[in-house]
Formats: sequence, structure tokens, C-alpha cells
Amino acid sequence: MRVKLAIGLSSLIATPAIASDVNLKIEIPRLNVAEYHRPYVAVWLEKPDNTVAANLAVWYDVKNKNNEGTKWLKDLRQWWRRSGRSLETPIDGLTGATRAPGTHALGFAGDKAPLAALPPGEYQLVVEAAREVGGRELLRIPLQWPPKAAETVTARGSHELGAISVEIKP
Amino acid sequence: MTPMKPPQRTRTICAAGLAALAGIVCLPFAAEAHRQWMLPSATVLSGSDPWVTVDAAISNDLFYFEHFPMRLKGIGTPPPSAMRGGGKGPSRRAGLAPPELVITAPDGTRAEAENGAVGRYRTTFDVHLTKPGTYKMAVVNESLFASWKEGSETRRWRGTPEKLATEVPANAEGLKITQSQRRLELFVTAGKPTTDVLKPTGKGLELVPVTHPNDLVAGEAAKFRFTLDGQPAANMAVEIIPGGIRYRDKLNEVKAKTDADGILAFTLPTPGMYWLEAEVRDEKSTVKGATRRASYITTLEAQAP
Repeated sequence: MRVKLAIGLSSLIATPAIASDVNLKIEIPRLNVAEYHRPYVAVWLEKPDNTVAANLAVWYDVKNKNNEGTKWLKDLRQWWRRSGRSLETPIDGLTGATRAPGTHALGFAGDKAPLAALPPGEYQLVVEAAREVGGRELLRIPLQWPPKAAETVTARGSHELGAISVEIKP
Repeated sequence: MTPMKPPQRTRTICAAGLAALAGIVCLPFAAEAHRQWMLPSATVLSGSDPWVTVDAAISNDLFYFEHFPMRLKGIGTPPPSAMRGGGKGPSRRAGLAPPELVITAPDGTRAEAENGAVGRYRTTFDVHLTKPGTYKMAVVNESLFASWKEGSETRRWRGTPEKLATEVPANAEGLKITQSQRRLELFVTAGKPTTDVLKPTGKGLELVPVTHPNDLVAGEAAKFRFTLDGQPAANMAVEIIPGGIRYRDKLNEVKAKTDADGILAFTLPTPGMYWLEAEVRDEKSTVKGATRRASYITTLEAQAP
């Protein structure tokens, strides 16, 4: 009986990880520049050794004819080096069109890809933005997976990114 | 008005005399003192239809085209002004055909340069990267140099092994023959870097990747392995000079030495383009009585972190 209970308990403890959610808010700042194009943005989870644990979103010029928008994906230079160059775009559920200035919400359920397969550990959430004829900015937010308690971590960019918030719920 | 003319004429004669003198005596050998380089428009490319444009030149400062275009077989027609000696007078290079540019696609097939042109200061060509992976552009050049004394005068010669016997007196005083094996390479990558084109041929001085040459980031430790005739090029000095020389007072070169296994460990300090050169001198010439000079040159890009 006791053994059975222990097993039941440990599986119970492991369960919350599956139910955890990650909600992201990414602000693209409105910029007063002569020529404005919406930035390319990549969002991913990075392991302590800088390798990519999971890609969460890539926004680029998907509507450009003949997929020509992919020409500038390398300007997301960290993402390109760490993962982009090994992928075939477009990718279902990952790539999407560039977004207008404003705050954009992204939600990831813990029991669905890519979080469901994420091993427990320390991660950095990375947001990289690169704008045509503009600048580039990269932000890192540390997070623990699975989360021990509900938490919201924020960061703020200085030129290509605005406020970024990560809400994690066990 | 009239007094103005004579000095002008004098100057013209002087300039023509200099050019003729330079054409015959200095310039045919000047290329060895200057830096030879190829500079690509990009080394890291994405997208469905990537191209690169490459400038190829011989100059002092990196990477400024300010002296002579790099002559490459089948690429463009140089204007007379870009010919050594101004296209006038005898040129000792006349018997030497320009070396060939060999472009190898990631799958090992041959790719061709397109839209080639030669101007006064640079050669330019395009490469259409139709296959994913790493491309190699190589200019492998072998030439013979000789120098000897004739009385108080030093004679210099450059040519092919076939012409050596007839054009250079075999028992000349102070005869020195050098066989130069130069390999100038450039790598560019569409998508993920691959290493098939980096397999050494086993001839001369070559770069074998430990770190991929298109995966260098400023401030990150990197390693290359150098081989000489397929064997480790041990204890060899290598110099890596950052571009943009014109706007600073010091070369700021990265100096490093290969270890016993031919491994070169280095860190490129800042993002940008770099010119790498290494040279080995030994007695392993294929020409009798000659010393060998094997050299390797490439252009590297350090990505911003």
C-alpha cells in the first residue's frame, strides 16, 4: 500500500509541469523614423549552454512573393546561428507574419508542444528583433521549468523592443 | 603662356619614364609585396535565392581596392590601365596566364562565377548559391621566381618551370629559385554550414575547420587546423588582420602560432572582416634547386555576438 501511495504521489508531483502555462507579452515600440518596417522577431527558449531548447515564434515577411522574405532571416543573427539556419521555413505553428507596433500576447500550454517535451531545468527566454533599415535588439529572461510558483518576469528593450513580460503558471 | 609648356613636357616624360621603369623592374614583382584578397558581400546567407558578390583585388590596405584588380582566368577583360606597366612596354608577366578561380558547391560540383568584370582597381563577380551549405572559391597559383647577379645588377625572373631552363642561366652567380604555391580561398554559406568543400587536397598549405570559417563570432574562441601537403603544419606563424586599416594607425593584427598538431587557436576581437595569411618556407619544391614557399590566404567574417 505504502509503495503504491508513493508512486501515486510522485506522479502527482510531476503532473503540475504538464499543466503549466507560459503567457508572453511582447511590445513592439512605435518608432519615429523616416522609413519604418515591422521588425522580424524570433522567440525561443535557450538552455544554459546557449543551445535552443524550443522555438516559440518567428515573425517575418511571410507574404513576400516566392518566400523572398526569408532572405533577411539571417539578420536575426543569434536565432539564425542557433537554430534558424537548420530549419526549413515556413514552419506550422511557429512562423507568422510580422506584427505592427503594440503589445502582442502569445500563450503556450504546458501539455502541448513545444513545452510538453521540455525537460525540467534552467532556461532563458530569448526575444530577438531585427528591423529592415533599422536596428537589432535581443533580450533574455531567465526562467525555471517547471515553475515552482506563479511568477511574472519582465524586461524592457531600449530601441527595437519595448516591454516584455513572461507569466508562468504552475 | 609659353614658359608653362616646357615643365609640363618634362613632367610627362618623367612620368612615362617612371611607368616604363616600374613596368619592367618593379611592378611584375610588386604583387608579392601587396596583399591579395577576395571580399564577399556576405558570408552568412538565408533565403530561397541567395547570391554573393565578390570583389577581388591586390592592394596595400584592407579591404580597399586601390592598386590592381586580381586577374582571374575567364573573368572580365582588364582595361589597359589595369595592366601592369600600363599596357605599354614589355611585361615579364606576359607569359603567365592569370590563375583560375574554382568555385565548389556544397555537394562538390563546380559552380561558375557570373557577371564578371575587371575595372582599374578591382575584379568583381557574382556567385549564385543554388544549393544549401558552404561554397568554396579557390585561386590556387603556382609560380617560379628566380633572382641572380649579373655584375652589380640583380636580375629577376618569373615564369613557368618549362621556361626556367631556357630563360634563367643555370650557373648564374647568386642564383636563387623560389617555387611559390599560393592558395587563396573564400567560404560563404547559404543556410547551415557544411564541411564537404573543406576537405584538404593534400597539396600545399590548407585550412581544415575545427570551428567552421563561416561560424566565427567576435569574442568567441575558435580553432582551425592547418595542413602542409596533408600533414599538420606545426609551429607556423599566422597573422589575422582586421579590415578598415585606413581609419586607424595600427594594424591591430591577431598573431598566433599553430601547435604541434597544426591547430591554430584564436579569438577575433571585434565583429568585421579579417584577412588571414600564413606562409611556410621549406626545401620541398618540385623544381630542382628551388626552395618552396607555400602560402594560404583567406578572408574571414566575425559576426557580431
